[in-house]
Amino acid sequence: MTQRIEFTLNGKKLTVDINIKESLLEVLRDRLHMTSVKQGCGVGECGACAVLIDGVSMNSCIYPGPRAHGKEIRTTEGLADGEDLSVMQRSFIEAGAVQCGFCTPGLLMTATELKESGKSYSREEIRREISGHLCRCTGYHKIVDAVEKGLKE
Amino acid sequence: MLSKRFLTGILASKSQKISRIDPLKNTHIGSSPQRKDALAKVTGRAKYTADMDMRGMLHGKIFRSTIAHGRVTSLDCSRAEALEGVVAVVTYDDCRGIVFPTAGHPYAIPPARNDRADRNLLTDRIRLYGDEIAAVVAEDPVTAEKALELIEVEYEEYPFYLDPEDAVKEDAVHIHDGGNILGQNSLSLGEEDPEEVFKEAAHIIEDIYESPQVQHCHMENHICYAYKDDADRIVVVSSTQIPHIARRIMAHAFSMPFSKFRVIKPVIGGGFGNKQDVVLEPLTAFLTMKCSGRPVMIDLSREECMAWTRSRHGMRHYMKTGVDRSGRIIAKTLKSYGTNGAYASHCHSVVAKQGGDFLRHYPASRGSSFQGYTVYTNTATAGAMRGYGIPQINFAVESHMDDVARAIGMDPVEFRKINVIKEGQADPVGKLKLDSYGLSACFEKGLEYIGWEKKRELYKDQTGEFRRGIGFASFGYATGVWPISQEIAGARITMNQDGTVQLQVGATELGQGSTTVFCQMAAETLGISYEMVNLNSTTDTDMDPFDTGAYASRQTFVTGNAVHEAAVQLKAKVLARAAARLEREADSLDIRDARIVEAESGADLIGLDEIALDSYYHLPDSGVMTADVSTQTKTNPQSWGVTVAEVEVDMQTGKVKVLDICNIHDCGRVLNPLLAEGQVQGGMSMSLGFGLSEIMLYDPNTGRPLNNNLLDYKLPTSMDTPELGVKFTPVHENSAAYGSKSLGEPPAISPASAVRNAVLHASGVGINSLPINPQKLFEAFKKADVLNKETINV
Repeated sequence: MTQRIEFTLNGKKLTVDINIKESLLEVLRDRLHMTSVKQGCGVGECGACAVLIDGVSMNSCIYPGPRAHGKEIRTTEGLADGEDLSVMQRSFIEAGAVQCGFCTPGLLMTATELKESGKSYSREEIRREISGHLCRCTGYHKIVDAVEKGLKE
Repeated sequence: MLSKRFLTGILASKSQKISRIDPLKNTHIGSSPQRKDALAKVTGRAKYTADMDMRGMLHGKIFRSTIAHGRVTSLDCSRAEALEGVVAVVTYDDCRGIVFPTAGHPYAIPPARNDRADRNLLTDRIRLYGDEIAAVVAEDPVTAEKALELIEVEYEEYPFYLDPEDAVKEDAVHIHDGGNILGQNSLSLGEEDPEEVFKEAAHIIEDIYESPQVQHCHMENHICYAYKDDADRIVVVSSTQIPHIARRIMAHAFSMPFSKFRVIKPVIGGGFGNKQDVVLEPLTAFLTMKCSGRPVMIDLSREECMAWTRSRHGMRHYMKTGVDRSGRIIAKTLKSYGTNGAYASHCHSVVAKQGGDFLRHYPASRGSSFQGYTVYTNTATAGAMRGYGIPQINFAVESHMDDVARAIGMDPVEFRKINVIKEGQADPVGKLKLDSYGLSACFEKGLEYIGWEKKRELYKDQTGEFRRGIGFASFGYATGVWPISQEIAGARITMNQDGTVQLQVGATELGQGSTTVFCQMAAETLGISYEMVNLNSTTDTDMDPFDTGAYASRQTFVTGNAVHEAAVQLKAKVLARAAARLEREADSLDIRDARIVEAESGADLIGLDEIALDSYYHLPDSGVMTADVSTQTKTNPQSWGVTVAEVEVDMQTGKVKVLDICNIHDCGRVLNPLLAEGQVQGGMSMSLGFGLSEIMLYDPNTGRPLNNNLLDYKLPTSMDTPELGVKFTPVHENSAAYGSKSLGEPPAISPASAVRNAVLHASGVGINSLPINPQKLFEAFKKADVLNKETINV
């Protein structure tokens, strides 16, 4: 069954016809070519598919597509302002938090949510906030460095 | 006039000796410029295999067995074939005789030395739960999934074996023809028979150490698609560490010319050895052949990837050590059983390698021996995983070193210092001369960092619910596979019209940052900026020079030598052309900051861009400046290092908290500190998972994998992982063009062992099997009755 939904993606309003069984991940990747949204498990265990839904980082693979109707959705494709990287994108590069890069877009979404909250977080709190994202390359150390650095700027 | 001088310049440059890197003076080596792929990765632009799209892409899914051992007695695919949207269903009957080995090893001449070819594209002889019986190709993944449910199968079941020592029993059903022992070898070192020497030992300590099968868990699952191009060749796009080897294995498997296959590796989301096997490539290539060359993709789910790709070998070690009164190891023996799983993959290499490490690292003064068995079991196929058997033997040996030290009443580090391999000792196993040796420095740095003597004393005789301890472990690790296998690498550099260069290598970027480091190397030798060197992270067997790929921590060393040679040759061509233009001798010139300068005075003469432009457009004398090399490396330096760890053990629950941990490495020259630290921290985290939480579980009644997902398999999260300390000890390896040795795998070796020994220090209980999870510790504490004892004897 098809359903028409409307939502804002990276600041632009759009209308898309989806199958009601589709996850938001499938809508974003397959219909809208937002390939920064990675599928690492498909069942909400790894966080690689996280996107911002009304400012909150959530796993898009277990988010029903129809529920995106009326929401404001942001992906990594929308983080930079033209050629200007966001603070978190820059700090991920500078801190060496990027290795294979597969977990990076999802983590950037959570990091962006933390940055936009305006609150401060200790390293331990950062670890708790990003614990929904699995990474096998970095041991998380430089990711925590990156988020900490980005929050200070 | 010009052409004659130009020629003279070339001849002159050939005899000119261009020195290798000066360890004290360089621009790019030792710096941490921005990763070449960083922008693409933080903006979401980086294209992984799943991000590619082709019109009319078909989707393949694999029909898997629901028994662990047996054979198919009947298979009915008719309902699946009839489903609308299904393009093809293929079974074992369609591909009999297509048999191949899967390991990403260099081909061996003579061929008898190659890995065992025991893999069929599809099979009716079931060797593990989830074995691959048939494949469905459909217009979309959902239809393919539905079609799988319509396939009907019946089996005859055999007993299955999850433990190698059950599989080697005399009455065990053979998993493959020829029996369940896939490989075995014996090695010995020293003049005397260790069994005889034991009779003279002051102390003899024996124990059994075990580590389970664990999984790589790279974040991007295995994925591959294949199609036929306009020349009727098969193009395979795959998330692989070994594009050139994958091509060779397919050419051999299908008995087709090598030229009929092109393998492309896009950006990949980690591998850790699991993508050093061909897992999906041959089947995907076969499916496109069955579908008129239409593109077919197989995209494994996380559950499939965890159960049915590759794993780390489970190991059981029977270890015996004899020491004299001074604490010198005089004899030692080891018998190892490696759980190989259902198919050969890396064959006996992993078990054999760890046997060599056992003999080498703490050599016995009089005699030692190793006996190793790699055994087929009805579990996940074991292949390469970061460290290649050494994390397993390290856990056994380093635990044993602490246990022996404890038994003889000696400080465990003191005991190690007496027995560890010393500087200047030739590698007794590979017989290669060892050049750089920073292990003693690593020991000292580690002990100082953790405050060894003070804390060993401080944490003595603790009581109470929370107890602290510190532990130590050390390792050595090879760089590449020479002399067991071929070490060959290729590099090509072309100078563009403005002096920028295109670098091509056959080595593979899998996230570790090799692309970045190769660009630093080329920039260093060419005398140009890092930004002027261009190398993308795609590998394409049609475009890139031959290189066997990413494994054995070889690339910065072996491929680094190739990059150096290509850069040296290109530089000679540039200087020859500049000499002709400037009417000077080539060996009086140099390139610095992309300018041609007088070598001695540094006086600026002309821009590199002018020379480069000349090479393209000079009317009588044009010729693009390129260098294309294939180099062989015939050394294999050892990297060294230690881990020191401090833990707090909750004696009531068995929970271990790592309070402090630091790896100290001698990896030769640190080429890029930021990337190097990242490698170390990632490896440490992988080892902590191995040590404290990870294990692949199987249902003892059915052989079904029980935790092949990221919820039930306890991969460390950011909350389970402590802050990870990293230190390097400055060493320069002379056999490497840029002074470096292995660093990709070594960090994953010793942290688990150090943590185990720290738990022993804290609690007085030594755990001899991994993972050291709360359940296991709780049971061990209960058995040892440690909570009811007033104090513990440490």
